[in-house]
Amino acid sequence: MKPPPFDHHAPRDLGAALAALAEAGARGKVLAGGQSLIPMLNMRLAAPEHLIDINGVAELDTLEAGPAGVTVGALARHSRVERSAEAAEAQPLLGQALRLVAHPAIRNRGTVVGSLVHADPAAELPAVLALLGGSVRLARAGAAPRDVPAAEFFTGPMESAVRPGELAVSAFFPAPPPRSGTAFREVARRHGDYALAGVAALVALDDDLRVAQARVACVGVGPVPLVLDVTEESAGDDWAAAARAVRERAEPEDDIHATAGYRRHLAGVLAEQALREAALEGRANA
Amino acid sequence: MTTKLFGEPVQRREDPRLLTGQGRYLDDLGSGALAAAFVRSPHAHARIRDIDVSGALDVDGLVAIYTWEDLPPRVAEPLPLLIPHPALTHGRTAYPLARDTVRHVGEPVVMVVARDRYLAEDACALIRVDYEPLKPVVGVEEALVGAHRVHEDVPGNVGAHLVQEVPSARGRTAAEEIEAAPHSLSFRLDIERSASMPLEGRGVYARWDPDDRSLRVYSSTQTSTSVRMALAAKLGLPLPSVEVIAPDVGGGFGVKIVHPWPEEVLIPWAAMLLDREIKWTEDRREHFVSSAHERGQVQHVKVGFDDEGRVLGLDVTILHDHGAYTPYGIIVPIVTATQLLGPYKIGAYRVEFSSIYTNTVQVTPYRGAGRPQGVFCMERTMDRIAAYLGLDRTAVRAANFIQPEEFPYDQGMMFQDGRPLIYDSGNYPESLRMLKELIGWDSFEERRAAAAAEGRRIGIGIGCYVEGTGVGPYEGGHVQITSDGRVHVSTGLTSQGQGHETVFAQIAATELGVPIERVSVVTGDTRRFGYAVGTFASRAAVMSGNAIALACRKVREKALRIAADALEADPADLEIDDGIVHVAGTPTASIPLATVAVLANPLRYAFDEEARRATQFTGTAALDRPPVAEGQEPGLEGRDYYSPVRSTFASGMHAAIVETDPGTAEIKILRYAVVHDCGKLINPMIVEGQIHGGVAQGVGGALYERMVYDSHGQLLNASFMDFLMPYATEVPRIETAHLETPSPLNPLGIKGAGEAGVIPVPAVIASAIEDAEGIPITRMPISPSELHELRLRRPPG
Repeated sequence: MKPPPFDHHAPRDLGAALAALAEAGARGKVLAGGQSLIPMLNMRLAAPEHLIDINGVAELDTLEAGPAGVTVGALARHSRVERSAEAAEAQPLLGQALRLVAHPAIRNRGTVVGSLVHADPAAELPAVLALLGGSVRLARAGAAPRDVPAAEFFTGPMESAVRPGELAVSAFFPAPPPRSGTAFREVARRHGDYALAGVAALVALDDDLRVAQARVACVGVGPVPLVLDVTEESAGDDWAAAARAVRERAEPEDDIHATAGYRRHLAGVLAEQALREAALEGRANA
Repeated sequence: MTTKLFGEPVQRREDPRLLTGQGRYLDDLGSGALAAAFVRSPHAHARIRDIDVSGALDVDGLVAIYTWEDLPPRVAEPLPLLIPHPALTHGRTAYPLARDTVRHVGEPVVMVVARDRYLAEDACALIRVDYEPLKPVVGVEEALVGAHRVHEDVPGNVGAHLVQEVPSARGRTAAEEIEAAPHSLSFRLDIERSASMPLEGRGVYARWDPDDRSLRVYSSTQTSTSVRMALAAKLGLPLPSVEVIAPDVGGGFGVKIVHPWPEEVLIPWAAMLLDREIKWTEDRREHFVSSAHERGQVQHVKVGFDDEGRVLGLDVTILHDHGAYTPYGIIVPIVTATQLLGPYKIGAYRVEFSSIYTNTVQVTPYRGAGRPQGVFCMERTMDRIAAYLGLDRTAVRAANFIQPEEFPYDQGMMFQDGRPLIYDSGNYPESLRMLKELIGWDSFEERRAAAAAEGRRIGIGIGCYVEGTGVGPYEGGHVQITSDGRVHVSTGLTSQGQGHETVFAQIAATELGVPIERVSVVTGDTRRFGYAVGTFASRAAVMSGNAIALACRKVREKALRIAADALEADPADLEIDDGIVHVAGTPTASIPLATVAVLANPLRYAFDEEARRATQFTGTAALDRPPVAEGQEPGLEGRDYYSPVRSTFASGMHAAIVETDPGTAEIKILRYAVVHDCGKLINPMIVEGQIHGGVAQGVGGALYERMVYDSHGQLLNASFMDFLMPYATEVPRIETAHLETPSPLNPLGIKGAGEAGVIPVPAVIASAIEDAEGIPITRMPISPSELHELRLRRPPG
């Protein structure tokens, strides 16, 4: 479990990082928190010839929270975002999800943007981005950055819209609508493991505190986060009906930890719990 | 200051070292050594057509590449079958490097030696092995069909077959008793594979001294003395020219008692051949596919019983998955077959096992060593009987207990040490009484109702076991008091973090009457003690503990005799306290043990002030006697051995309360209670620590751990991502109570405690889940997904 040889690039600014990435092209990989990449290198499952280590690029270590939402730079660690009162104020779902990401030691090192780019279908943050309709900003040398909406960003299991030579420099998580609440529920085999299934929920209420919008993003039940609008089914707080809709539309697969049927069942149970909790929070916020 | 430390919760003396990163593990040694890496089989079963190493020859830093054909005759032989048994008619072991056939994924095929491990792995990746895939055999039932063979010359893939039959008191067989019994049941049980999975994997570091023609080997092993003998034999070296040292070892749990491993032979051999230091440190992936697994049985149970739930006849057929090889013989299924009986006297017993080859990693003992399987079988049976008769589960167990006045109790079988299965002591009714009180068994229905009122589902479970511990043949201890008053204790068996440095020092301090701070303990170093068996079967405290106590008694006797001379007193009137020998009742008439040590070694040369006192012109010697009396030896030291007539039987009972989530089917352990009897406690804190660790591993076996092989023999979860061991967050707080029924078999009255915690846990958790859910639980481990599927299949009503 030792990696094959690679060239290590340690740029000190964004320009140098983009230049190194452009030169490496498809033979390069970005190293940020390294919580997924390093094990893959050690197991020789990945063998990039160039590692572009952005840990020295201070300008990427940013976290901005405002009325519009939260923008997380490529070097912001999970734990920083998790502990940020401003981020929690601007978008509570981020903190609700980050608490479920692995363990503190991993959150101290791993990055939010790295988790999005890794695009594990069982990970929490892609679901958060997808549910909120956020976006990822991709930069490349000699070109204007492009913003890719979440719906187009996750293209398959462990696959994202990032092209060779591109660097995901930040992610934007929009603020929730007024009179809304969010929740994240998941079941993992052990504390901190990737979820067998998980559901992020957003419930927005109208002036009479009735459900105006109910959406969920499910993890672990498909190749990419499954975003479902269950507003109609949720009318009159009928969370059980919403859960049925989630069960029907989830397309999980068997693996060594759980059957597809159990995951489908879980998605329903967790959707019901998450929607109920989000609505409760929405009414408390109203 | 008290020196009677036996029985006290003395803080672990090894912890400051081990917990602050000061431990000296295998990979901490030999930083300048060459590194080895192995090309391992990617196929579960294949013939090797050709090995092409040419692609690797240009790797910078490459030193050597070896295949089976490069090995000298003795090294090239199959590895030893360590424990032969007449029933193991088709025992098979692996070659250190595959000769022409690979029989499981991970079997070593080529060894590469290079400047460092990175380069060695680069070279491995460039070696091309041409395999002709053969049909893999996976799963005991498929193996038994025998359509394909793991070993060409083993028909039906059956390595061993053993039937043991113990008739009832009225001379009937189990079949006859079951036939005649008022009630009978039959069912099948399944237990998954798991593995020892120590934090530190295996590892070997070898240094050859070409001038001295001697070999020093460090190995992360549970038996340095036996590795030494194996290496001397394999490498053709005189035994005194081989030293084997087990440094700090980061856990063993059974897997490191297997020896010599292929790497354990190959690394020293290559070190001699190349005259270079070489080290190999196993990585986690190698540990999953190249070391050993355990558990893994299918059991078919038939039981006949009366209205009170007394077992009249029990018939168990066990299919034991032995993996590809049998280096450790059939100890695991033998232990299952014998320890299955637990604390019970049953009418007639018939047990039959088949030890079956499959194209998977070999199966050798893992903490518990076959007992968790046996206990699962017996305790599931007890619960079945209770459910059938509508009796309390503890009442059925109590109805079958061996009573305190019935010891020694002969179960009529042969145990894993080849000696009769005779329980030496125990008090099972008292143990059950304590457990019921601890967990609140009799008031549980109120608790269940209260939970149900909140929409919660809880259940309670119980499991009992008896564990044969401290198997022979022997261990030894050496104790030396030097002229600075320090006490140096050594024993040959090895330590893997159990706390031997503490408990052996407690024993020595108590026996000799010295402060524990003056006692140091060395284990597993053949330079210090050459005769030993090893650390396994919960035997270290029983075997080496007693041997050290006996050695201390010899030293004490000698010290008192020399002190008596010096003090002109009768040895019988002397006591030792705080390292000072004095006449009882006359504290002023005293002499420090340090001085006794000086006097014990008559000297010609004075090299320091202490030594002066023992030289020839000091005028203290009796001139009519030789300086060293006839039959005596110089020095204040002693050596002794403990060799038991048979094993001593510890016991315990566990109970748990679990909650199962009606929605998500998650399983949570709310409470876990243990009553434990290992005879006299040397250190209750260390015993509790052993129990905690064992229960944690048991929780793994009950709820998490499995080795997922696909039909091609590929291990699908060979990493800590997917092989789930419980974290601290999954292990409940463990409530413990101790019962002490001393063993009459050894001087200290102790029994083993190392494996105890793990043994009944899967049975206990199954019992509790079954109680919560009302669904028969017949396999372990059980996941939320499986519980969900069981709920769906639950018969209506």
